[in-house]
Amino acid sequence: MSVSPRKSTRRSTAKPADVSTESLLSQYRMMLLIRRFEEKAGQLYGMGLIGGFCHLYIGQEAVVTGLQSLAQDNDCIVTSYRDHGHMLAAGMDPKGVMAELTGRSGGYSRGKGGSMHMFSREKNFFGGHGIVGAQVPIGTGLAFAQRYRGEDGVTYCYLGDGAVNQGQVYESFNMAALWKLPVVYVIENNKYGMGTSVERSSASVELYKRGQAYGIPGMQIDGMDVVHVQQQAAPMVADVRAGKGPCVLELQTYRYRGHSMSDPAKYRSKEEVSRMRQEHDPIDNAKVLLLKSGAVDEAALKEIDKEIKAIVGEAADFAQASAEPDATELFTDVLLEA
Amino acid sequence: MPISVLLPALSPTMTEGKIARWLVKEGDEVASGTVLAEIETDKATMEVESVDDGTMGKILVEAGGDPIPVNTPIALILAEGEDASALDAAPKAEAPKAEAKPEPEPKPEAKPEPKAEAKPAPRAESVSANVPVGALDSNSPLHITESAFSTDDPVTEPEPAFAKSAPMTVREALRDAMAEEMRRDKDVFLMGEEVAQYNGAYKVSQGLLDEFGAQRVIDTPITEMGFTGLGVGAAMSGLKPIIEFMTFNFSMQAIDHIINSAAKTLYMSGGQLGTPIVFRGPNGAASRVGAQHSQCYASWYAHCPGLKVIAPYSASDAKGLLKAAIRDPNPVIFLENELIYGQSFEVPEDEDYVVPIGKAAIKRRGAHVTLTAFSRMVGVALHAAEELAKEGIEAEVIDLRTIRPLDLPTIVHSVKKTNRLVSIEEGWPYAGIGSEIVSLVCEYAFDWLDAPPLRVTGKDIPLPYAVNLEKMSLPEVADIVAAAKAVVAR
Repeated sequence: MSVSPRKSTRRSTAKPADVSTESLLSQYRMMLLIRRFEEKAGQLYGMGLIGGFCHLYIGQEAVVTGLQSLAQDNDCIVTSYRDHGHMLAAGMDPKGVMAELTGRSGGYSRGKGGSMHMFSREKNFFGGHGIVGAQVPIGTGLAFAQRYRGEDGVTYCYLGDGAVNQGQVYESFNMAALWKLPVVYVIENNKYGMGTSVERSSASVELYKRGQAYGIPGMQIDGMDVVHVQQQAAPMVADVRAGKGPCVLELQTYRYRGHSMSDPAKYRSKEEVSRMRQEHDPIDNAKVLLLKSGAVDEAALKEIDKEIKAIVGEAADFAQASAEPDATELFTDVLLEA
Repeated sequence: MPISVLLPALSPTMTEGKIARWLVKEGDEVASGTVLAEIETDKATMEVESVDDGTMGKILVEAGGDPIPVNTPIALILAEGEDASALDAAPKAEAPKAEAKPEPEPKPEAKPEPKAEAKPAPRAESVSANVPVGALDSNSPLHITESAFSTDDPVTEPEPAFAKSAPMTVREALRDAMAEEMRRDKDVFLMGEEVAQYNGAYKVSQGLLDEFGAQRVIDTPITEMGFTGLGVGAAMSGLKPIIEFMTFNFSMQAIDHIINSAAKTLYMSGGQLGTPIVFRGPNGAASRVGAQHSQCYASWYAHCPGLKVIAPYSASDAKGLLKAAIRDPNPVIFLENELIYGQSFEVPEDEDYVVPIGKAAIKRRGAHVTLTAFSRMVGVALHAAEELAKEGIEAEVIDLRTIRPLDLPTIVHSVKKTNRLVSIEEGWPYAGIGSEIVSLVCEYAFDWLDAPPLRVTGKDIPLPYAVNLEKMSLPEVADIVAAAKAVVAR
């Protein structure tokens, strides 16, 4: 393929080349961690230990895992409220994330933020935003700051297909393109914004073309295949890092669970869900590749499974054992001392 | 030991549910993600997935029965290596105890000592400000104790006599404040519509582009929500943006980012992530620009915890407070007024002249009535005080300067002396700043009041265009004089 991705907006058709087993194995672990973490979160929600809204990332693991495998330490991440997977992929501690879900003092926000509002300055994770699309100008601002300081970091700004019709997304695209800001806009197209399909909400469903009016190159990538995500996104991210301005990546993906825990998902057929699970599961895909490579066997994968289960189990124990925030915390963190 | 599957809560309000049907039978292999059953809640039918791998050992609650409480065991899963004999050891294998554990709101038992393993990132030192607004719970650190009012005079420094000062317009004072802070700190930058090449729609940023360049003085597209959110993102990562709104009327386009993204993030992050950002620009009525360009936003922003709100009158306060706002680590709303940009005041020449946020200033001493005002209305109130003096009524005029945190001790102290209060603002009366001040004075100085406090405000209408109607809509000297006379009862 000789067409420069900077010059055109396109669907990716390239077949993934070989990927190192070591890299694939670590991505397999991460996806499994996210999957098991989310399943456990769903269970704790069912037990009444997690309250309010809880949006699970199950099915979409390859998106954030593949993209964050390209990240440097000085890169920033910002996303919407379906954010648990992003936090784990950013390297945040599962215990601190789970304890925030249960609203305990050991949580990343000391129990004051909840599922949708978590941050980690240390890991350059800037939320966790509960207002659809709000993270897009914020992410653009993080990239503005990277450029202002002359750093070579980029910002990964994740948004869903439901956010792409918000006006502020295009206000951000315009400024990012105008000022050549180092931001990678990642549209996670899981086909439904809450209960409304992309077809019912978007006049143009080719979301990777949404930056076209601003001259932002776009690419559509199979987001159910972690190798594909990593390989297709790599040159696009490299261009952003090199100062060529933003890009729009549309990752085609699927969430297995409802929009939030209380969504029965009547807007799609059971067959559609089970077809995605059976034929396109990102973890199964990676597993097949790993076994085919011969570098690991079933027993080794089982061992990984056990390790991940232990990590998640520990996180769940911590999240239940950690104390509720002290009453004295009620009025703290409203303002910083001048 | 087999794993108990409990009836899950599938919404924040679900307390019980019915098993509509089982999708696995005893002896089936199950894995993480296998759909086990369909549950009917009060709202919908939902699927329950397994979170464990193993074999379905025993179904404890058959489908189609009565609703059972959340957290009731509904099945037992045998883990790998376990056989059916393990079921006998399971405590609740006997019968579906539908009536068991009627706990609608299962609450975890929090152990007092958490394992301190997962450590959230260290947070910056944070304090609760001295803000009485809306938080008068006596357990709250925001609560103001009586002792705060007991000093002879909380305003220890009257209007300072500056060592060296020069006359300067409010416009120049604002410009100098930004320039000085930008020289002092390279993380400070100015962004907004027409702030750079045009030198500001009202020429407040005159000369800044020449001195600091296009990297730090940035013309934006007309896209308030976008550049406000962008500024908030930049501030989250440690820069100190000054966001200019051509007028605060346009900030309504961006208010989601001001409140939801800037004001709430420190709290939502457990103190990790502050947002050092200043939103500034002209606020309130200008002259004949009609309803959409003439609103006062003081009460809108003052309502919100996590923000500081400043509305200066004089050029020295404009300069000193804008410098304080830029240095402040919190989001600050800085309300200016177009009609006083051109007014001159004495301004100290000292580059380190900073006015503390949260302190009112007594602009005129008097014993008969307290007048509170902010921004342009301070000038009108001072004028009214002169008129009142001609009739023997000595008004004490308080320039609030900061709206949030409000300097309540200065107001209460004054009211305890004058026993009368008139609050003045050009914004609307309903749920306005005056409503809050009157309410607080009633809470803290009720016994000292000799007359019901009064509010002089803009009229409760969208501001009209016609010159005569516009004049009738905004507080004037005569309105203040009349209100003061009414409370003094002369």
